[in-house]
Amino acid sequence: MLTYSLTELSGLLKSRKISSVELTQSYLDRIHQLNPAINAYISTNPEISLNQAKQADSRIAHGMSEPLTGIPVAQKDIFCAEGWTTTCGSKMLSNFISPYDAHIIEKFNQTGAVLLGRTNMDEFAMGSSNETSYFGVVHNPWDLEAVPGGSSGGSAAAVAAGMAPAATGTDTGGSIRQPAALCGITGIKPTYGLVSRFGMIAYASSLDQAGPMARTAEDCALLLNIMAGFDPRDSTSVNRQKEDYTADLNRPLTGLKVGLPKEYFTDGLNPEIAKCIEMSCDILRKEGAILHEISLPNSPIAIPAYYVLASAEASSNLERYDGVRYGYRSPSYHDLTDMYKKTRAEGFGAEVKRRIMIGTYVLSAGYYDAYYIKAQKLRRLIANDFSNAFKEIDVILGPTSPQPAFNIGERNNDPVSMYLSDIYTIAVNLAGLPGLSLPAGFSGQGRPIGIQLIGNYFNEARLLNIAHRYQQVTDWHTRRPAL
Amino acid sequence: MSLTSDDVYKIAHLARIEVNNSTDEAGKTEVSVWLDQLNSILGLIEQMQVTETENLDPMAHALDSVLRLREDEVTESDHLDAFQAIAPEVEAGLYLVPKVIE
Repeated sequence: MLTYSLTELSGLLKSRKISSVELTQSYLDRIHQLNPAINAYISTNPEISLNQAKQADSRIAHGMSEPLTGIPVAQKDIFCAEGWTTTCGSKMLSNFISPYDAHIIEKFNQTGAVLLGRTNMDEFAMGSSNETSYFGVVHNPWDLEAVPGGSSGGSAAAVAAGMAPAATGTDTGGSIRQPAALCGITGIKPTYGLVSRFGMIAYASSLDQAGPMARTAEDCALLLNIMAGFDPRDSTSVNRQKEDYTADLNRPLTGLKVGLPKEYFTDGLNPEIAKCIEMSCDILRKEGAILHEISLPNSPIAIPAYYVLASAEASSNLERYDGVRYGYRSPSYHDLTDMYKKTRAEGFGAEVKRRIMIGTYVLSAGYYDAYYIKAQKLRRLIANDFSNAFKEIDVILGPTSPQPAFNIGERNNDPVSMYLSDIYTIAVNLAGLPGLSLPAGFSGQGRPIGIQLIGNYFNEARLLNIAHRYQQVTDWHTRRPAL
Repeated sequence: MSLTSDDVYKIAHLARIEVNNSTDEAGKTEVSVWLDQLNSILGLIEQMQVTETENLDPMAHALDSVLRLREDEVTESDHLDAFQAIAPEVEAGLYLVPKVIE
């Protein structure tokens, strides 16, 4: 049963061919077996999980089930969940037991899903390889020498390795889509504001967005149905009509206008990925789509603008970790300032400190206009590029990542080369648009390749529809690593 | 422009992060490691300057939304005990820090 989709599992649970307790226990066993090699999970709590499974079984027995009742879901360790350690991949929060639930945790609890465990991640979601976690590197299930991508690398690896049927992630500059691509699964970053940020530990608040990660687009649609929705506790949550993301999955693609940004197909793109995109174009054409070249002329400035804005927001958001109210406090200090400085020097890892320092610098007196305001103006240009493109087309198709998974340790000493991993995903966060990554092939080395679909604001249903149709005529999403 | 070691100390102080005087395996001091890495990141950021942004409005937020207001009424219950249970040091409902005023 570890290979079934959520729809299949839901059917088996509802017809009582399997119980949630059995299903949860099978996944816990699989985690116990594989986690020493993959390190996808930071923590599990079988007692809580199995208790939730029991409650789900009783709910199903009473005929009160919803599609995800009794389904185990792995939660990225960035979402506060009452009674669970919620570390955000950091020593700073290694002892933090959350006193409350994030909005999406509440939603999963209300529908009777089982919290299977807390997935590993780059520290405070800052990274593209899952190597910055205080809890160790995550290994790509397709090749244990390779990174799984990041920051939601634990979630992607867990789903790819069959250590969870589905997981959640967060995406500030590509952190759902890039690990989904590198691990051969499907993940969607929704429009900014669609999923509440309440209880989701903040990195860069104007860019952070939570979303589902699973094997298929259909599974992502089921998860997004639970996650999306207005929440007054998040000041940027969007109040709009609830949608059923499964309703249009089978809609034909006849007449769909797909744009291919010429800036995405330059020398920086790995030829094996370019070939997968070409093959995907043929598949979409056969489904009736019309493909055009488009231009997103300001693409090259997305990375520099992002590292100003995200670092600035991070430096402000992470001021709260001062060793006073919760989390780590240095054991020795001589006054208050020294306590802050030692707590933060010891509690944060190198990448987090780099971004805090860059953010502090670009916001400091005399540099604010040259860096921060300049980056906000560039953000406007990038958003304008997309809105011009969407006058002519329905959806954009391109790569998710410039290369398949690279080796663990390969980019550790050069932060800038790591930052370039997000070249195709970052602009989507700056504009606030939805983006989806889905499996579309393998490299010669046997590492997964993902392609990205970018939609206009709130077009998640259309992206899931295109990915679902694609998955009806391809089998990349059904491939499993040999473990 | 490039940062100097003094700039790194100043930024680290503003960010309340201690820079210690230890050296790594390669014999580099912590401040010189920060200096190289921050300058390399600022080199990347410098690429912003080539694009003209004269008449553009800064974009702070994806949806240019306005913050919602709500009625001024109590919506939260008292969580003091739960919140203080996870604090490093508390006494009589207060958070303890090193003495600030002599």
